[in-house]
Formats: sequence, structure tokens, C-alpha cells
Amino acid sequence: MKQGMIGRRLLYWLSVFAGLVLAIVPLPSWLDALRPDFALLIVIYWVLTSPRIAGLGYAWLAGLFLDVLRGMVIGQHALGFLIVAFITHRIQLRMRMFTLLQQVVIVMLLLALYHFLIFWIDGLTGHGYTGWRRWLPILSGALLWPLIVASSDSLTRRAR
Amino acid sequence: MVELTHDSRPIIGRGPALGATFITLAIASIALMVADHRYDQLGRIRGWMAAATHPVQEGVDAPFRLWNWLTGSVADRSQLRRENLELTARLRLANLQLQRFALLEDENRRLRDMRANTSGVTERVLVASILNVDLDPFRHRVLLDKGAQDGVFKGQAVLDGEGIFGQVTRVNPATSEVILISDAEHAIPVQSNRSGLRTIAVGSGDSSKLSLPFVTGESDLKAGDLLLSTGMGGVFPPGYPVAKVTTVKRDASATFAVVEARPTAKLDRAREVLLAWFKPPVVATEATAAEAGASPATAAATPSGQTTTGGANPAIAPGPANKLTKPAPAGAAVSQREAATPASQQRPATAGAASTKPREVPRQTPTEGAGRSQSAPAAAAPSSPPVPAATPSAPISAPPAETTAPSEQSQAAPPGPSGTRR
Repeated sequence: MKQGMIGRRLLYWLSVFAGLVLAIVPLPSWLDALRPDFALLIVIYWVLTSPRIAGLGYAWLAGLFLDVLRGMVIGQHALGFLIVAFITHRIQLRMRMFTLLQQVVIVMLLLALYHFLIFWIDGLTGHGYTGWRRWLPILSGALLWPLIVASSDSLTRRAR
Repeated sequence: MVELTHDSRPIIGRGPALGATFITLAIASIALMVADHRYDQLGRIRGWMAAATHPVQEGVDAPFRLWNWLTGSVADRSQLRRENLELTARLRLANLQLQRFALLEDENRRLRDMRANTSGVTERVLVASILNVDLDPFRHRVLLDKGAQDGVFKGQAVLDGEGIFGQVTRVNPATSEVILISDAEHAIPVQSNRSGLRTIAVGSGDSSKLSLPFVTGESDLKAGDLLLSTGMGGVFPPGYPVAKVTTVKRDASATFAVVEARPTAKLDRAREVLLAWFKPPVVATEATAAEAGASPATAAATPSGQTTTGGANPAIAPGPANKLTKPAPAGAAVSQREAATPASQQRPATAGAASTKPREVPRQTPTEGAGRSQSAPAAAAPSSPPVPAATPSAPISAPPAETTAPSEQSQAAPPGPSGTRR
């Protein structure tokens, strides 16, 4: 079991790093604003499926790395990831019973919360962009959720 | 429905309490944010983390580099020949211009030597390539592949072949972050090539547009004018092209004209840029001396004035402009003016302009200070050309000018730049 857990941890970190890479891969500018928060979605997924291996520290560190990669104020995304992970943690038992559609709605709410927090901190630190395109990742992220669930499910099944 | 896997461990009774972890980490992240943003204390930690994440950025960049290399190495002969011919032609043209330029530069240097002022001459440049990494869709920042190891410093000017590109905002060991001149938080002092009008070009958040919010209706600026950097503020070398004016909309009822300009640098297409080292402003020391001797009041106001900048206007705090005011010796005149000017109560971007603009102040030479100090306030409140700013006391002549400036600007502010800003 110990061995399996290390493998699991490795898998979680590798997948979140894939998400971080996707967060900075250059995209054409029209698509850039639409870029879903891959790393956050992956964190939500792992927190949901195995909350005690992928805990709050995991989410927080992932956010911290995102901050450094994107040159933000250190701690901004970390706090966002942490809060989302915490809420996911609290509702994970219920959320696992939900249908995919219900999950999409919840994920959308989580993403909205996250983006509002980022927006708020951006405003505090003087980077406020107030255009509507800022909120697009909420939609694209929610739409991506079923895909993440499907692909990660097949991945974990193979890993198990 | 997709089945979600389950956790193999029991739900109850393991690990530390969730709430405790949450609170601890939340406090930690808030502390980090404050330390990073407010006190700028995380330089070293950020450096380590940036070094740790550098492989990720390199990894993202690598396929693009590989692709460029591949397309470059398998280009066919005719294409290479065509390119070669084109480049030769351009080189010939450039050489021709260079001859004339060399003469002018020589003459310029002689003239400057006569005035014992050789500041602003670019000494050397370093070619850096832009990493293929997206930082933030709403901020115009790029990552360069040169960092502290190569001598890059914060506030360094970045140029490309066509003009001014931006300035370095953050230096990591192997990379550095650059804010483009089109970022909504960036402002650069410019001068019209044709009329000599000095003003500020503020980024618009659109890489093909800069806006000039402080141009009055009657000022001499028209579409097609080339805007050059003035070198005021000591960040950018003077005389490099910044933008070309595209539209000037004058409205008789508004104090300020709506002016837009297109940056000459290829902000969204450049692959390689130049990091410039140029002689630090010699003038600043003179200004300091003059200030320290002549105006103790201004000097005393420095610390408080700076905190005002940060306190009253936290929104602009991270901007490179704000940080660069710190080393500038005459930051006092800056913040004083900013405190007095209602511009600081405007939107963040505009306030950023106000904080950049004052960087001009330390650059004023006693010799030509009279001429400049007239145009410097004129940039803030250009509707007052006959202001008695051209008084003999050069660097300190800003305060009398601003006594008239704010009253006019307070009325003029709303219809001014806010329309174009988000």
C-alpha cells in the first residue's frame, strides 16, 4: 500500500505539472483569454477522488508554482487554489454522488469563486483588468470538466 | 455516468485537522502576498522558485525553438536566396544611413562633451530572445531568456529593431520579465519629432495602441507624428522611436484631445529584443545637489511623499514606475505633485502615468531646466502654457507651476483620458 501511495503522489504531481505547463503554453491571443485553468481543474479532481493524498498542501503548492511561473504576486493563486481545495474537500462526499451535470455546475461555481478572488487580489495589487473576457475561463473550465473526469478516470484505472 | 474512484483510506481520523491546515496555509499565502507586493521582500525566494520552475518554461519553449530551427534548416534554396538578396539590399540601405548617422553621432557627442553631459548614449546592447511562454492574457509581459547571470537589472530598457519595447520589471537568475510599453500600467515620456511637444504615452492594454491622455486640444500634434523617447526619468535612452500618432480627435468642449499612437516596435511579433545599457543620468547628481542645497523643504518631504505615493495609491504600487522613483533623487517633487494633482485620484492607469511623469523631474539640468520645466508641467496640465514655470530656479520650479495646474486639471480630468480607459 505504501508503494502504491508513492506512485499515486507521483501521478498527482506529474498531472498537476502537466496542468501548469498547459497554463503557460503560448496560444493565439483570442484563445488565450479562453484558456481554462487546467492546473486548478486537475487539483479539484484529485482532491475529490482522493482527498487525503492530494490534500490542501498539494493544492497550495501547485498554486504557488503557478504564481512563480506566471510572475504574479506570490501567494495569489496559492490562496485561490487553497480555498477551492478546501471547499471541494468539505463537499467531496456529496459531490461524488452528483451526476456529471451537477458536478459541472459545482465546478463552475468553484471556478467563479476562484476567479473572483484572483480578480480581487489583482485589483488590490493594481493589475485590475475589468473586461468581460476575464471571466471566460470559468465557462471553458466548466465545459472541460467532463473531459478531465473521463480522461483521469481512465488514467487512474490503469494506474491501480 | 463516469464513475469516480474512491479513496482507499477511511474518512474519519487521519491527518491534521482540515480547518487548521487551511487557516495556516491561508495566513501563509496572505503573508507571502504582503511580503512580495508591499515590501518586495521575496526577491531571493522568488529567485529560487523561478530557478526551480525554469525547466518548465524551457520545456514549453523548446518545441517552438525546435520548430523554428527545423523550418530554418530545411528552408529551400530559392527562399534563402530571396532572403539573402532582401537582406543585402536592406543592409546597403542601412549602411548608407549609418554613415550619415555616424557623422551626426560624432557631432552630437562633441556637442554633449562641450556641455559635459554624455548621459543617454547607449553603450552596449545584449540580444535576448523572448521565451514562448504566455504569462497573463491581460498583462503585456514577456519573459526573456537572459537574467541576472547576464547582468540584466531591474528597470533596464528593452528595445527591438524598430523602437522601444519595454522595460525589465523582474530579474530572475536565468530569465527576466519585461513589461511592454503597451501594458495598461506602463507610461513613457515621449516627445514629438516634428513639434518637440513633450508628453506621456500610456499603454492601453492593446499591443497596437498607446494613448496620450495629456495632450490639450490646442497642442501641436497631428497624425503621422513620430514620438521619440525623451530619456527623462533615466529608464529609456533618449531619441529612440516609441510610436507613431495615428489619430488625434479634438473636441472643443474637452480640455484634452483624444490621441492614439501605434508603437513602432513589433510588440506582438518580435522574437528577439535588445537589452540596452546606457550611461546613467549624470544630470541627476546635479539635480540632487541643487535640491539639497536650495530646497530643504522638498528634500524633507521625500520620505513622506513616497509613502503617500504608496498609500494613497496602492493601485500603482507594483508598477515599475513607482519602484523606479525610489532611487531617483528628486522623488519628492514627484510625489508632492502627485499628492497635489487630482490625477492621482483617477483610474490606476492614469495615476501610473502621473507617477511616471514625475520621473522627468530629476533629469532637469540647470542649464535647460527652464525650458524643460515649462514643458513638464505642460504635460500634466497642458492647458497652461503661459504658466510662470520658466523661472530661473530650474529643478524647484515645478511647485509654482502646479499651483495653477491642479485647479485646471480637476475640472478637466473627467472628460480626459477616462473615456479610453477601462
